[in-house]
Amino acid sequence: MAAATKEQIEERMTEALVSFGAERDDVKRDADWESLDVDSLDLVELAQIVEEEYGVKMKEEDMKEMKTVGDAVDFVAERAGS
Amino acid sequence: MPEEKAKGCALVTGASRGIGAATARLLAAEGWPVGINYRSDQEGAERVVGEIEEAGGRAFALRADVADPSAADELFTSLEEHFGPVLVLVNNAGVRDDGLSPQLKDDAWNRVIETNLSAAFRTTRRALRPMMRERFGRVVNIASIVGQRANPGQANYAASKAGLIAFTHTVAAEVARRSVTVNAVAPGLVETELTEDIGDEMLKAIPARRAGTPEEVAACVRFLVSDDASYVNGTTLTVDGGLTA
Repeated sequence: MAAATKEQIEERMTEALVSFGAERDDVKRDADWESLDVDSLDLVELAQIVEEEYGVKMKEEDMKEMKTVGDAVDFVAERAGS
Repeated sequence: MPEEKAKGCALVTGASRGIGAATARLLAAEGWPVGINYRSDQEGAERVVGEIEEAGGRAFALRADVADPSAADELFTSLEEHFGPVLVLVNNAGVRDDGLSPQLKDDAWNRVIETNLSAAFRTTRRALRPMMRERFGRVVNIASIVGQRANPGQANYAASKAGLIAFTHTVAAEVARRSVTVNAVAPGLVETELTEDIGDEMLKAIPARRAGTPEEVAACVRFLVSDDASYVNGTTLTVDGGLTA
């Protein structure tokens, strides 16, 4: 698959978070999961999307390290080779 | 001819006979393309497929021993290629290997736990992510009243079924807000090959004075899979002719 840009990854993850119920205007790089009302089930689904679409595996221990949207975007962007 | 579901299909494990076969037929009649999983009874599985096709439905036989840890992924991948995402999973495959606890061998314990409980965990795990993405899913686990009530000689079977019920409740609470429901059906004495050696003595203890039929259990599964049961989640529906009432 073609390498996605960081902006594309951020847009895709934003779209996913909005589909989980987060307000689009609240989804910013420094927003943490709690403020977006994103819980562990949402993160499991986010991990599935990221794996299917970017071939990046987000393990449970990786997800524990990710506190904000920016953390997750950076994690995926680094491993997706963009 | 059944009106086909917009997308997706059903998988019934252990569907070559008994409750599994009856369930597969009823789900097909509701419009679900159905994967008929079987371990050894190919003839039975093909018969079920034939009956479904004759009635205008779609079905596909899949050989796999669900106790094999790699079976879940193989089953789902194969079925997804045929019929699209699995949106209904009926964990029905089950075995018995009875014996009083002081004499029960590790093999008998492990075999029953693997097939009745661990296999259901693995198929459910494989099923949930696509169901969550679709914002629709139905998992129905075929438990047993033995999971809730003593039946000497079946410590392994009872433990597997009690485990399945607890698993059902927990998973339901985890995924409910993705419109995925996870329920169990707990049959009492049902006329199947699994119960053919159980004597008539037991019938006297059943208020209905008879054994149930596979179709009577399958009808409960059909309800739990239907849109009518969209708010029924994490419960166990007992189907036992009043035995545990």
